[in-house]
Amino acid sequence: MTTSTETVSAAEHIFETAQTPVQRLRSILHRYPALSPAIVLLVSIIVFGMLNERFLLPGNLSLITQQVAIVGTVALAQTLIILTAGIDLSVGTAMVLASMVMAVMATENGVSAPVALLIGLTVGLMTGLINGMLVTKLRLPPFIVTLGTYSIFLALTLLYSKGSTVRGTDMPALMTWTGKSFPVAGVNVSYGVVIMFLLYVIMAWVLTTTAWGRHVYAVGDDPEAARLAGVRTTWVLRSVYISAGAIIAIAAWLQMGRSSAASPNAGADLNLDSITAVVIGGTSLFGGRGTVWGTLLGALIVGVFRNGLSLAGLDVLYQTLAVGILVIVAVSLDQWIRKAR
Amino acid sequence: MTTTTASATTAPATSKGAGTPVLTARGLVKTFGRVVGLDGVDLDLYAGEVLAIIGDNGAGKSTLIKCLTGAEIPDAGTIELDGKEVHFRRPEDAKEQGIEAVYQNLAVSPALDVASNLFLGRELRKPGVLGTLFRQLDIKKMRARTREELNRLGITTLQDVTVPIESLSGGQRQAVAVARAAAFGSKVVVLDEPTAALGVRESNQVLDLVRRLRDQGTPVILISHNMPQVFEVADRIHIQRLGRCAAIVTPDSHSRTDAVAIMTGAAEA
Ligand SMILES: Nc1ncnc2c1ncn2[C@@H]1O[C@H](COP(=O)(O)OP(=O)(O)O)[C@@H](O)[C@H]1O
Ligand SMILES: [Mg+2]
Repeated sequence: MTTSTETVSAAEHIFETAQTPVQRLRSILHRYPALSPAIVLLVSIIVFGMLNERFLLPGNLSLITQQVAIVGTVALAQTLIILTAGIDLSVGTAMVLASMVMAVMATENGVSAPVALLIGLTVGLMTGLINGMLVTKLRLPPFIVTLGTYSIFLALTLLYSKGSTVRGTDMPALMTWTGKSFPVAGVNVSYGVVIMFLLYVIMAWVLTTTAWGRHVYAVGDDPEAARLAGVRTTWVLRSVYISAGAIIAIAAWLQMGRSSAASPNAGADLNLDSITAVVIGGTSLFGGRGTVWGTLLGALIVGVFRNGLSLAGLDVLYQTLAVGILVIVAVSLDQWIRKAR
Repeated sequence: MTTTTASATTAPATSKGAGTPVLTARGLVKTFGRVVGLDGVDLDLYAGEVLAIIGDNGAGKSTLIKCLTGAEIPDAGTIELDGKEVHFRRPEDAKEQGIEAVYQNLAVSPALDVASNLFLGRELRKPGVLGTLFRQLDIKKMRARTREELNRLGITTLQDVTVPIESLSGGQRQAVAVARAAAFGSKVVVLDEPTAALGVRESNQVLDLVRRLRDQGTPVILISHNMPQVFEVADRIHIQRLGRCAAIVTPDSHSRTDAVAIMTGAAEA
C-alpha cells in the first residue's frame, strides 16, 4: 500500500521526533501497532519449536490454525467494535444462537443447507442490529448493552434449541464443510481457516482503503470531532455492529465444521477469548488505534501458547495463567506506546 | 472555489454592513436543560466582511456559531442563507451549503493523518468502478490536493501530510483545522478562538489567512478573546453578553475599552 516516498517521509518523521533509542522504538511501535505482536509470535514459535520438536510438525501447525479459526473470526468482529471504542460481550452467545438456528433449520425444519446458512446469517445480522440500535438510540455504553444481550441471546438459544445438541452427521454436508481440509505443502489446511483468512483480507482492505474505514477509526478516536467534521457517527456505529454480526454468523458456520455439531453450550469462552486476541494484537481498548492483522497475530499467539505449553506437558491451568499474563503485558505496552508523541 | 470569485465580483464589499447579508439569524434560542445558552440572538453577516464575536466565558459565543453551522439545533429562531431559510440538522448539512467551521475543541481526529483529516467526511474516491463499486479512496489525489491547499493558504508549517495529527504541535493542528475550513468554506468560514493555543507568529498566520479569505470575498466569523487581534482584523464586532447580543460596534466607532465595558456589563451600548 505504501509507496517508497511515503516510507521515506515516515522514517524522516520518526527521526525528527525521537531522540533516544527507547523513544525511537516507542514511536515505531506507535506507528505500526501490529509490530509488537508479530515479534512476540515469532519468538514464541522459535522457543516452543526448540522446546519440543513435535511443535513444528505439519500436523501440529495445522491443528493450531484450526483451533484459532473460530476465535480468530470472532475476534475480527470484536476488532471492529473495539476500534470504535466499544466492546462486545455478546459475540459468543450471538454465534451460538446463529449456529443453532442454522443447524435446527437444516435438520428438523428440513430447509436446504444454503437457505439455512442464509437464515443463520440473518440472525447474525439481527444480533448486530440490536446491539447497534441499543448503543446508538439509547446511548448506553456498549459494555452494558452487550452484557444484557449476552444473556438474552443465551436464553433465546436455549429456548429455541430446547437445550439439545444437533449432531453434524445429521446435517447436510454443506453445514460442516468448513471442517474439511486440503493439503498445502504437506500441511492440512481446513476450508474454515481459508474463510477466516479471506475475511481478514477483505476487512483489512475495507478498513484501509475506503471512507467507511477512515470513519470507523475517526469515530473511535474522538466521536465528537468526527461528528463535527461531518461523519455520520450514528450510521458508522450501527454499520460496525451489523458487520460484526455478519462475521459472527460466518464464525457459527466455521464452528459447526470444526466440532461437527451445533451445541447450545459451545462458545461461552469466545466472548473473553476474542477480546484477549484483540488486546494482545495491539488494538487499543480506547478505540481508534489498531489493525485487524494485529488481531490475527493475537489469536495465533494465544493458540501457539496453549498448544506449545500443552506439548511441553503443562496443565491447562498454566496455559490460562500464561494468557492472563500476556493480556496484562499487552495492555501495559499499549499504555506505554500511547505516550509516544 | 468558483463561488468565491463569483461572490467577490457580484458583491464588492465597499461599504461594510450594506447590501443583503449572506447569512442572517433571527431570534435564536438554545437552552441546555435549565441553562440558557442563547436567549434570542440576531446576527447578520455580509459578503466580504470579518465579523468578530466577543464576550465573556459562557456568553453563548460558541453556542451561537454551533447553531449557525449545524452542530447544534436551535430551539427557536430562523437562519437564512442568501435569503433562503435553512434548517441545518447536522454539520454536514451546513457544509453542503459551503459553511465551514473550526470549533473551539478543534474537531480533528488525532490518529488520522493530515490529508485524511482535511478530507474527513468528504473523501475523494477513485474514478471508475474502483471508486463507485469498490468505494476505493483516492489517497494520492487527497494528499496532492492537501499539499495544494496548504500552499495556496500559505501554511508552511506542515511539510508532511502523511503524519498523524497527534504527532503535530498545537499550532500545526490548528493549522490543519483552519486549512480544512478555508479549503471547503466557499460561502462562510467560522473560526471559534482559532488563535487561543498559538504563539505570536502562528497567530499572525491565522489572521493573515482570515484577511485573505475576506479579500477573496468569503465572509469570516471570528470568535476571539484577544482584543488587539479583534480590533486589527474585524470590520464589525458583535458583543455577546449573557446569551444576548449586547451591541454591534466597529473598530472606528468604539475603542477597546468601550467594547470591554459593554462586554462585561460595565457600560450600556
Ligand atoms: N452541551 C452543553 N450542555 C450544557 N450546557 C452547555 C452546553 N454548551 C454550552 N452550554 C452552556 O451554555 C452557555 C454558553 O456557553 P458557550 O456558548 O460555550 O459560551 P462561550 O463560547 O461564549 O464561552 C454556558 O453557560 C455553557 O455552560
Ligand atoms: Mg466558547
